[in-house]
Amino acid sequence: MIKTENLSKKFNTTLAVDNLNLQVDEGEVFGFLGPNGAGKTTTVRMLTSLIGPTSGTAIVNGLRIGHQDTEIRRTVGILTETPGMYDNLSAEFNLEIYANLYEVKDPKGQVEKYLRMLGLWDRRQDEAGTFSKGMKQKLAICRALLHEPRILFLDEPTAALDPEASHLVHDFITELRKEGRTIFLCTHNLDEADRLCDRIAVFKTHLLVVDTPSNLRSQLFGRRVVFHLANSNETIATSIRSLPFVREAKVVENKLLVNIDDPETHNPEIIRILVGNGADIQFVGELRHSLEDVYLQLVKNA
Amino acid sequence: MNKIKTIIRKEWAEVFKKRMVLFTVIFLPLFLSVLPLIILYGMGGSSTATSTSGVPGQLQQFCKTSMTAGECMQYYIVSAFLIMFMLIPLFIPVNIAAYSIVGEKTTHSLEPLLATPITTGELLAGKNLASVIPAVIATWAGFGIFAVGSLIITRGGALASALLDPMWMIAIFLAGPLLAVLSVNFSIMVSSRVNDPRVAEQLSAVVILPLMAVFFGQIAGLFILNSTLVLVICLVLIMLDALMIYLAVRLFQRETILTRWK
Repeated sequence: MIKTENLSKKFNTTLAVDNLNLQVDEGEVFGFLGPNGAGKTTTVRMLTSLIGPTSGTAIVNGLRIGHQDTEIRRTVGILTETPGMYDNLSAEFNLEIYANLYEVKDPKGQVEKYLRMLGLWDRRQDEAGTFSKGMKQKLAICRALLHEPRILFLDEPTAALDPEASHLVHDFITELRKEGRTIFLCTHNLDEADRLCDRIAVFKTHLLVVDTPSNLRSQLFGRRVVFHLANSNETIATSIRSLPFVREAKVVENKLLVNIDDPETHNPEIIRILVGNGADIQFVGELRHSLEDVYLQLVKNA
Repeated sequence: MNKIKTIIRKEWAEVFKKRMVLFTVIFLPLFLSVLPLIILYGMGGSSTATSTSGVPGQLQQFCKTSMTAGECMQYYIVSAFLIMFMLIPLFIPVNIAAYSIVGEKTTHSLEPLLATPITTGELLAGKNLASVIPAVIATWAGFGIFAVGSLIITRGGALASALLDPMWMIAIFLAGPLLAVLSVNFSIMVSSRVNDPRVAEQLSAVVILPLMAVFFGQIAGLFILNSTLVLVICLVLIMLDALMIYLAVRLFQRETILTRWK
């Protein structure tokens, strides 16, 4: 659905995007993470044909940026970072304008469909300027979907939203994914990326890594198993640390935390050693590293 | 064409909710059409002299043979105001365009708009027409009020026919729209390069300077407007309009606007 080849963008002397190569598959929710100023918005703008690349190229929905820009804009939807609406026009009229600009066949029908879907139908005659941030964001999502794009670019869709509004947006993204749409999600919200994305890219001017959140966790930290012990001590940790498949082992209060790549294979051996060393195991579980750990590690190393 | 219509509808729905714009579109033509009528009416008593011999030499060149001295004076003064009348097609588009173009920046609505499949030509055509049409209608409506009023006040005499001569018809119906196009494209050009709607409005207002030069030039007796001169001005305006449209389109760089307008 989206493929970039050495995509680069330079503003005067500032390199915003450096040789970006990535591929996003159809129906995938693809998270694009990076710190402020990393070039995420610039990348989205290039992929939606709002600005041109300095070098390299990209194919979006089978169309080449810089050559078929109007076609690309016709087939993708975008929720911009600051989703400006015409504040003194009604919500309905705001959407009708865009439905016409996107050449939607049944503008009124589509407007009604999305206003109802996002719970704004009863407020359709109200000026957009009277809406809360969450409602404006929902209105902007409606706008991005009016022409039923197969690819949707969402730039910080839950920024500055309260938890309830964020939850609603998350649910909606999940619904869109079920419809088989491809979603390119730029976000700072790592929990959001973790929950919604099939794969994530961590980006800071150039691409740092692309993988599924769980693979990234395993690659960076392995998997972490927690053994709750009635009588944990450093000696037990030392014996476990000496095992060749253990990346790290440490004692925190009455818990022994062990990082390993393959708990299903190696847990029985660890348990045998613990029992052999006189440990009383109360229960065993797996602790997930947060995506934040992964992200911070990657960005720090970059 | 549908996209252009949509932009015009959107612009009008938005911009005419601004009181300042509404005030300018309604008040300026009313003021500039009623004021010369008041002067005409007020000077009515002095139009009884039958000879233009008492009129200063500089003003005599304004007089038509069938005019009395009083009518000649009236014609001279009202002619000066009719030049001011051309402020309408210059000033109204500046006012509308300042909101309609740079205003997109303040509401952050330009990026989603540019993300639609609209072309730069369609967008600028929509913005142009949304500003030019009200200005032309206001100019023509104002002139209509003036024409009817002057016919009533002068009872259709020599003065009336002089005031409604071909020169003014050319000025109102040809130069007016051309001035409006010049004004709005100048505004678009300026607003593509500045970040603040007020700055855009103020800078765009410099388009009225040449008109002021014509106004004071005639008052100072440097030249007298006649049909030929107005036609020449129209030809110059056509060329200037073409240049302005070209520059406005060239300077309306989506990328520059998106990345520079913070």
